[in-house]
Amino acid sequence: MALLDLESVHVYYGNIHALKGISLTVEEGEIVALLGANGAGKTTTLRTISGLLRPREGRVRLRGEPIDTLPPHVIVYKGIGHAPEGRRIFARLTVEENLKMGAYARSDAQGIRDDMDRVFVLFPRLKERIAQVAGTLSGGEQQMLAIGRALMARPRLLLLDEPSMGLAPVLVEQIFETVKSINQQGTTILLVEQNAYMALTIAHRGYVLQTGEIALSGRAEELQANEEVRRAYLGG
Amino acid sequence: MRTDRGSWGKVISGGLIFGGAAAFVSLAGMVEALGVREIVIGVIDLGRLLLLLIGLGAGYQAARRGIGGALTALARGLLAGAAAGVGLSALLVLASVVNLRGMFINASPTLLEIISFGRGTAGVPLVIAAGAVAGALGAVATLLPGAVRGPLGAGVTVTIVVGLFQELLQIILQEGGIRSAIRQFIFVPEGLPPRGALGVFLVVLVVSAVWRSRQPVVRGWILKRPPPQQRLVRLLGLLLAVAVALLLPLAGGLFISQVLVLVGLYTLMGLGLNLEVGFAGLLDLGFVAFFAIGAYTVGLLTSTGQYGIAHWSFWAAMPVALVVSLIAGFLFGLPILRIRGDYLAIATLGFGEIIRLLALSEALRPWFGGSQGVLFVPKPIIGGFEFSGPAQIYYITLASSVLIAFVAARLRDSRLGRAWMAMREDEDVAEAMGINLVNVKLLAYGIGGAFAGMGGAIFAVLLGSIFPHSFSLLISINVLALIIVGGMGSLPGVVVGSLFLVGLPELLREFSDFRFLVYGAALIIMMQVKPEGLWPAAMVRRELHKEEPVGVVAEEPAAVERVEA
Repeated sequence: MALLDLESVHVYYGNIHALKGISLTVEEGEIVALLGANGAGKTTTLRTISGLLRPREGRVRLRGEPIDTLPPHVIVYKGIGHAPEGRRIFARLTVEENLKMGAYARSDAQGIRDDMDRVFVLFPRLKERIAQVAGTLSGGEQQMLAIGRALMARPRLLLLDEPSMGLAPVLVEQIFETVKSINQQGTTILLVEQNAYMALTIAHRGYVLQTGEIALSGRAEELQANEEVRRAYLGG
Repeated sequence: MRTDRGSWGKVISGGLIFGGAAAFVSLAGMVEALGVREIVIGVIDLGRLLLLLIGLGAGYQAARRGIGGALTALARGLLAGAAAGVGLSALLVLASVVNLRGMFINASPTLLEIISFGRGTAGVPLVIAAGAVAGALGAVATLLPGAVRGPLGAGVTVTIVVGLFQELLQIILQEGGIRSAIRQFIFVPEGLPPRGALGVFLVVLVVSAVWRSRQPVVRGWILKRPPPQQRLVRLLGLLLAVAVALLLPLAGGLFISQVLVLVGLYTLMGLGLNLEVGFAGLLDLGFVAFFAIGAYTVGLLTSTGQYGIAHWSFWAAMPVALVVSLIAGFLFGLPILRIRGDYLAIATLGFGEIIRLLALSEALRPWFGGSQGVLFVPKPIIGGFEFSGPAQIYYITLASSVLIAFVAARLRDSRLGRAWMAMREDEDVAEAMGINLVNVKLLAYGIGGAFAGMGGAIFAVLLGSIFPHSFSLLISINVLALIIVGGMGSLPGVVVGSLFLVGLPELLREFSDFRFLVYGAALIIMMQVKPEGLWPAAMVRRELHKEEPVGVVAEEPAAVERVEA
């Protein structure tokens, strides 16, 4: 059974039909990339999965159990972590407080400490800046913090929204390396990216969204080789 | 940028602005009205002091912004002060040419006499010279090293305060051997004479200077003690604070007690609103509603008059008032759960008015008494002791404030407190972290409301009667202003804020006509000079410290640092 599956999900913003019957699956242990142009519905899809938006039709299931009617905080408890677009760290809190906030849904003090250490292994920079106010971190560090914070909930499925946005190329590479190692440690990842090339180098499979519909899907290598994808997203 | 701000043209225009401010407070009538209150007999009154302070301020700010040596700073202060004098003189000249009184009724001959030192337009050079001297003094203040400026400032401030409150102090020092000895040393029956002022100034100067030089030594000595002894010192400090708090109404008499009770009630409300606005980030302009609900609950449950329904004692009614305002908070929160920001402010504003209008309405008059209010609310009695007046009710207020402050501190550091903090910073992300926004919001409204309800309950027995017009929008605004002035999200800030915005105006009755003028000016100055509040919360202090090097690892968040270096 798939870890996550969406079955013909329709989402509206008022009268605007944002998602027009999206169906996708994410298997345990995978990195799945969700590609597409601006406004294609990538972020909407993630927000629907984490319960911030409600589908008007269709189902979202986690291990076969429908979650599309659950409120967001319950979905967090079910094991879906969300690192939202634009980083959205708590700018006035310190790095440490941000990470603790990520573990809000948990109460096992020892486990939280262990996971914080794990985050610091992934992102040694954060450990150096543990007492610093998060708003004063650099863009890359803020992105690390956003990912680290999402990991603190110890999710089985991590939703990453545009982790490379606004970062220098060398940092983008570093972030993607880390995403890969997070996955190798056992966290399934659904990754939304505009940087299709980078996303497909670490992903196992991918979906291409176009104006609220899935235009293409397949294994990462297939997508990378696909003429249409190359023309539209990979600049070649 | 710096050189631009420091240019001489800026100095003059800055000074003129201060002069304009001086002319404005004069025309508003403050100088004349406050002139009634002598600070030091025969030397200076409050009105003139105000003008003097404006001159000092002009010099101070001009000197502080400049670059260059002491002489330049002095010259800048002198120039700015003179410019302020010119600004004020313009008023004199204008008044001699046209009849200002047609438009400004306060431009009286007395006022002009005060400003011109009794010389009319011939006083203009004198005013400018006085401005220059004041400005130069202000500039000198920036040049002095802290070790001199601190004690000097303390001396001047305390002398002014003693002069300002001479009447109250004289009452406090009325009887008893040592007390009346102090009184006779400082005061004459009419007020503070120059001799007494000098005495007070010198004593404070010396004490402050000694304390300044000894303080590190004392602190070092305490820090070297073993922990149990350190704890003892802290305990002694706490006991001292408690003793002062307990003895205040005894020493201060009825009037002081009344003021203190008001401060306490506003502290209770402030703690509640601070929880909503400061902790949870939910702006609430209808906060007075909870205060009213608490007051009416106690009033209706205890009153022996026609609207009383149960004739309970205060002690039985107060917990009920807490619960009722808690529930009111939940109900209040429900319809506005999805509203954010500005819209939330307007919606809450409506709630406050609804409650007041319900209490006032004719339709509900059989239950709430309409505009006639609920009368005959009995005083609380405990084992034969009646809390009959402000001096006794003060203790109820004190105990409740301490209790509520403790609860608020525990809540802030709890899991719920963290959820509030996350919600304040970013609602969407907080939700994605697994925080149940509905529960957390309702709890903020409910608990905040309960705090205010407790204040209302005490308010009911303080007055012994409740009228709808006591619960105006102005109270909500006041409470909001006091938590902003004290420091958003800070618990000690609430106390400091209510002392400043509630206690001080009560003590300075002369200000009552100008209360909102002073209020507005104080808020603007505050936001300019110390936007984080008088006693800011740790986090806000951190945020406004950006100019300092950050990224120092493993250091505790700076304990008690001043923002202005």
